[in-house]
Amino acid sequence: MLNPLFFCAMVVVLFPLAVGPERNSLLLSGPGVLWVAALLALLLSLNKLFLSDLEDGSLEQLLVSPQPLPLIVLGKTLAHWLTSGVPLVAVSPLLAISYQMPGNVIGTLMLTLLLGTVVLSLLGAIGAALTVGLHHPTALLSLLVLPLAMPVLILGANTVSLAAGDERYTPGLWALAAYAVAALSLAPFAAAAALRVTNE
Amino acid sequence: MWKYLTRLFYRFASPPHVYRLAGRLTPWLMLPGAVLIVLGSWKGLFLAPEDYQQGDAFRIIYVHVPSAYLSQMAYMLMATAGAIGLIWRIKLAHAVAVSAAPLGAAFAFLTLATGAIWGRPMWGTWFEWADPRMMSSLVLLFLYFGYMALRAAIDDLAKADKASAMLAMVGVVNVIVVRYSVEWWSSLHQGQTLLTDRGPRMSEGMLAPLLINLLGFTLLFSGWLLRRVRTEVLLRERRASWVGKMVAAEGAGA
Repeated sequence: MLNPLFFCAMVVVLFPLAVGPERNSLLLSGPGVLWVAALLALLLSLNKLFLSDLEDGSLEQLLVSPQPLPLIVLGKTLAHWLTSGVPLVAVSPLLAISYQMPGNVIGTLMLTLLLGTVVLSLLGAIGAALTVGLHHPTALLSLLVLPLAMPVLILGANTVSLAAGDERYTPGLWALAAYAVAALSLAPFAAAAALRVTNE
Repeated sequence: MWKYLTRLFYRFASPPHVYRLAGRLTPWLMLPGAVLIVLGSWKGLFLAPEDYQQGDAFRIIYVHVPSAYLSQMAYMLMATAGAIGLIWRIKLAHAVAVSAAPLGAAFAFLTLATGAIWGRPMWGTWFEWADPRMMSSLVLLFLYFGYMALRAAIDDLAKADKASAMLAMVGVVNVIVVRYSVEWWSSLHQGQTLLTDRGPRMSEGMLAPLLINLLGFTLLFSGWLLRRVRTEVLLRERRASWVGKMVAAEGAGA
């Protein structure tokens, strides 16, 4: 469960080694690097979302249970978010400080990550539902989910950049929040339908 | 009226009927398509006036615009056919969706390639990250790749059909969201006037070849699509009796 967290930290550590330790370049690249690292780390944990349920047969029970499947999927996805998204958000201030990010920007970073990881977990649930039970799902899962994740990355990383540049960043936050609400209300249905397709 | 429509609908769901119809239509789409493309490209390359700003370089639009339009059309077709296949459980619709994917990917690639070649002398850059159209073309290409990769990974054909149809439908929403998010993003960057100010409205001499090529590319695409649909139908129905009879009849005739 902690592996994605370490992975994220490692990616964040690797960038200054490759790009150089100058304070200004770290300030500029910080929001983007932190966001990409969080995105990749979440992606890494996604293929486990339905896998253990498939392996021990409980997925079949969930599919035939009288409870609405989208609700079950929403519950499983939120559990995934709590165990992989929220820890990332919690660790992000530490990583941000190492990128010389000023204190008032760190709050914005955490807020965007909090909203963004919800969306990523939900979009990832659709991908995980489509690929559950395939032989080597990780590479395929990235190919499916990364294009879907692009808008979140654009909104998230650039909102933090705007905040760092002392510009108006609230529209980006609102857009992320809107995206989170849309994903919360639509993605569970898509993921549930995908689960039915791949497990009939 | 409704009854007639549903009958027509189910007639188009019958593989042998569609196989024969597509076979008859294909040459009527391919030949005029090829003629129109030759005519439109000749007019575009030799007869259309030079652009007062871009000189001869603008002539790449005669390939670029039809490909861009077709890459999006093919995706919409793929997603719509997939949705029809999911909702009404028509296997033929899935055959159409599958056939459209590689064609659409090819046109999306052609769009990006011609756009890059055009952008280099005009904007001084092969690729402009903050342009919504370019980013949506790129994402479209990735979505095609994802669609084809997902299909390739699932062994069971019926399952692959349904899963990839779901993915195509999710992708439609994504293309729209990407477009608006990049628009928001690019409005942060100042001084993108080069990208928004595309010169004057087109004159008639420039527009006519473009319209001819648009029609030509569309016809060629439709013909190609029908050829692929025929192959796909044969592959899927290879154990059906009508295929056996057809092959036997052709063997006897030869």
